[in-house]
Amino acid sequence: MTAAPTLTEGTPMSSSEAGGRIDVPGTPIFDGQTSRRGLRLNKMLMSFRSADNRERFTADEAAYCAEFGLAPEQTQAVLDRDWTAMIDLGGSIFYVYKLAMMDGRSMQYLGGVFTGMTEEEFQAELRAGGRRHG
Amino acid sequence: MAEVLWGLATSHVPSIGAAMDRGKTEDPAWKDLFDGYAPARAWLAEHRPDVAIVVYNDHANGLDLDIVPTFGIGTADSYRVADEGYGPRQVPDVIGDPDLSLHLLESLIDEGFDLTVFQELEVDHGLTVPLSVWTPDPGDAWPCPVVPILVNVIQYPQPTAARCYALGQALGRAIASYREDVTVGILGTGGMSHQLAGSRAGFINPEFDAMWLEKIETDPSALASLSREELIRQAGSEGIELIMWLIMRGAMNPRVSTVHKHYFLPASNTAAGIALLDNRPG
Repeated sequence: MTAAPTLTEGTPMSSSEAGGRIDVPGTPIFDGQTSRRGLRLNKMLMSFRSADNRERFTADEAAYCAEFGLAPEQTQAVLDRDWTAMIDLGGSIFYVYKLAMMDGRSMQYLGGVFTGMTEEEFQAELRAGGRRHG
Repeated sequence: MAEVLWGLATSHVPSIGAAMDRGKTEDPAWKDLFDGYAPARAWLAEHRPDVAIVVYNDHANGLDLDIVPTFGIGTADSYRVADEGYGPRQVPDVIGDPDLSLHLLESLIDEGFDLTVFQELEVDHGLTVPLSVWTPDPGDAWPCPVVPILVNVIQYPQPTAARCYALGQALGRAIASYREDVTVGILGTGGMSHQLAGSRAGFINPEFDAMWLEKIETDPSALASLSREELIRQAGSEGIELIMWLIMRGAMNPRVSTVHKHYFLPASNTAAGIALLDNRPG
């Protein structure tokens, strides 16, 4: 039988738990196992390409997550706008960004969240030539 | 036979397109980037090809994660501009060249590069921003028909840099064997160094980018020897997009000449580079 992948399957490749084949500190690797964990979450985020779906999500976020079969932790991360958890639970940054855009958040805001800075601090580091050592 | 006139390597950061779409190209935060494009645009306006091949990746707009083709090619008459979540960019839809697409596909498959065929494809900023870098004011239509070539750079394992370079070389042979006498421009898109997620988000590596900008002209095989891990370490988890420049470069002559280069940061979270290469040696 084909069981749905569980969230504990595979090696988490988050910034906090680097591992697997490529180990670059502070660098999540969106690999096959991560993509399996995140498939339903990413499919939901992909659905936000349509204005109708964006409206339906906004009307009842939890119900919309249920419709796409998200795991409870994934639903919670979405409801809480816990961006780091979304990445850890298999979200691809390009998909997660679609939700951020709906909230009017920029990629620099997300960068600040991932690095423990404000959006302004994160932007200032980029303007100063980028973060060299993470 | 068809002939490659030039290769244009450029970042495809969405905010570059947004800055143009919103008339911000003279803003202090952007001016140097667009000033840096000007010499390339002027030269390209004098060297308009009959058709362009754009090597790019989709960002959750034309494709989702149900199917992750390592390499793909569009064979459609036209490609609609995607709604990425805030309405489509107000730029022309992209006209295709299915005859050339199908010729390239057959030739590449005969050489062992089994590309996935896209008969329908919506194109996102990965393709339209490079077209805007080339042609800021397209009016009703882009300068010429376009053949999209897609590369998976989002989900590990991405194709190796060596495989991309080899695909480019096969693409060059495929172009040369086309029965029509047409001229071709090739765009390799993405990069330069950047990382969007994780505690290393915001990582930029100007030394690596400078090396890449030089060697894309002079020593692409050295770039093709870099491993995925090395690319992610040195260019960031999204900087690995640079492998798409090697497909462009592989399709060109071993010796080419640089028309113009420019480097700018930051464009959003990314170091933005441009390298315009004339397929004739200098």
